Amino acid sequence: MSPPRHRGENGGEMRLGRVIGNVVSTQKNDKLQGAKLLLVQPVSSNAEPFGTVVLAIDATQAGLGDTVLLVIEGRAASTALRRPGAPVDAAILGIVDQIEQCVVTVEP
Amino acid sequence: MYLARVTGTVVATQKDPNFHGLTLLVLEPLTPDRRTAGRAIVAVDTVGAGEGEDVFFVRGREATLPFYPAHVPTDASVVGIVDQWNTEDVPPAASRRKRR
Repeated sequence: MSPPRHRGENGGEMRLGRVIGNVVSTQKNDKLQGAKLLLVQPVSSNAEPFGTVVLAIDATQAGLGDTVLLVIEGRAASTALRRPGAPVDAAILGIVDQIEQCVVTVEP
Repeated sequence: MYLARVTGTVVATQKDPNFHGLTLLVLEPLTPDRRTAGRAIVAVDTVGAGEGEDVFFVRGREATLPFYPAHVPTDASVVGIVDQWNTEDVPPAASRRKRR
């Protein structure tokens, strides 16, 4: 597992993820004080895990096992957390209730 | 952000002047099963982390934000020290990937 490139495997996109853990940290950047940190495994739309596990700041009261909406981009993450200038590059912006997928068939 | 373990420090006498007074740490990324994996990276310390500690770091443009308004030419910064972390069972496909 190599760390992802900034705009490569992870990054610059909104993704689906599954919360697989939490992190407790007392000594951290001032702008991160009071933030909830969750480990998120990016998943595909059929819940297959892929890529590197990301540590994201939670803006939505997500919990372990939840499927969430994950953004891996700094400006979007700090805006969503309403903490401008916070050194974050990943945030949980929503809890997914359900994913509806339609099957597209192409007529020959 | 990503979890990593601090495995060393970098000593460099001749470096960009904006790095003066800062600590450069060698980090190894951590997998959910608590092992180090992947290529080591160098990150600037902003929280007083030391060797052997588990930390999290931010990548990219946001890595310069802890130093604002100073300009430090870094793309990775340690922004927190981990006291403890817990994971639930990792999905099978993910653990298969980690063992490769």
